[in-house]
Amino acid sequence: MAEAKTMAIPTGASVQAASAPAIPLTQQLPQTKGWKELVRDIWDDNPTFRMILAMCPTMGATNMAINGMAQGLATMVATVASSTTVAALRNVIPAEVRLPAYMIIIAFWVTIVDIVLRAYMPPLSAALGPYVPLIITNCFVLGRAEAFASQNSPGLSALDALGVGLGFTMSLTLLGIVREFLGFGSLFGIQLFSGWTNWVIMIIPAGAFLVVGLYVGIVKHFSPGGQVGGGS
Amino acid sequence: MDIFLIVMGAILTNNILLTTFLGICPFVSGVSGEYASASGMGMAVIFVLTMTIPINWLINHFVLQPLGVGYLSLIVFIVTIAFLVQIVEMFMKQFLPALYTSLGIFLPLITVNCAILGGVLFAIPTWNLGFVQSAAYGFGGGVGWALAIILMAAIRERLRFAPIPEGLKGPGLALIIAGLMAMSFVGFSGMINIRDFGG
Repeated sequence: MAEAKTMAIPTGASVQAASAPAIPLTQQLPQTKGWKELVRDIWDDNPTFRMILAMCPTMGATNMAINGMAQGLATMVATVASSTTVAALRNVIPAEVRLPAYMIIIAFWVTIVDIVLRAYMPPLSAALGPYVPLIITNCFVLGRAEAFASQNSPGLSALDALGVGLGFTMSLTLLGIVREFLGFGSLFGIQLFSGWTNWVIMIIPAGAFLVVGLYVGIVKHFSPGGQVGGGS
Repeated sequence: MDIFLIVMGAILTNNILLTTFLGICPFVSGVSGEYASASGMGMAVIFVLTMTIPINWLINHFVLQPLGVGYLSLIVFIVTIAFLVQIVEMFMKQFLPALYTSLGIFLPLITVNCAILGGVLFAIPTWNLGFVQSAAYGFGGGVGWALAIILMAAIRERLRFAPIPEGLKGPGLALIIAGLMAMSFVGFSGMINIRDFGG
């Protein structure tokens, strides 16, 4: 099982493998609950390839590697901030109105991320367009708040959200790398070949669907048994 | 004439699902596996999108802009959508019980469907459409979304017994079919540009 995973996608496996031996704290760190949550969310429950969640930004913001990475990081910041807030307020929010309350908390943090991006990184913000505000309806942000943060301490919830966010950033960057390489012959904006014929199909929506579909198929083929969900 | 062009543009050239990737999750999950549930979800999206875009337009122009609190727009839009879905649900339960039962769980799920918030964000801040035009975009966008998911459900029903590689079963194949559908919709691109109707 472990071997099958190592073969699946080197990047994901190295995240998992590096977690155990590389760090000096290895003796205690991998045993802590927070660390387990973090690693599980990055790979075993990867939001994009395993759970098939948050598909809209996955496709809309990955025509360039840098856009995918920025969208992933913006989502990560919003998820960590909202999960921590929800966990801190978990004993204050009445159970009956918790979903609207979570939505307002998430909308608040996403607004802040959006305004910060617009102020300090205007070109990136323009490239991502409405996909940054749309983090509000990103289902794993609400999912982590409801399933994890509403029952756990702020610190643990932050780690859980960080794991999901890192897994999401990793997936989006991988997709962006493939699409940018085939679509423009470049990586992170650096032209790799002269006279590269652009695969226009990779830049337009159709390419996004095809690449994500193949990724999902490859991940499922090499490490079956992961849950495949699908929400909103 | 504008209205007709916007509706057609929203269905074909600016299809909310196949060109802007909004509302993909129900599209690749179980909902699109069955024709009946796909059309139910499609109807619900048409209904909610046609209602929310004009109402959010009114709120934006008569409350948020005059008060100079445009930065609150995201929070206000999502709360309005959640409220509207709730009201539509209660209204339908009372007056259209047959439709209500057929839509079932899909109606409440629409709050977190990004096609709705995405449609609002395209029509109001991004393109700056007028009131009637944004209503037309809402209706057309809903019809376009419904068209895509119903087509997808029809294709997936035909493929139910096809020999598909194990890893691609389910979402993987659905995404690849969507890719092929998106490719065919590229043929419409450039015919109408809704952006041109904005202010």
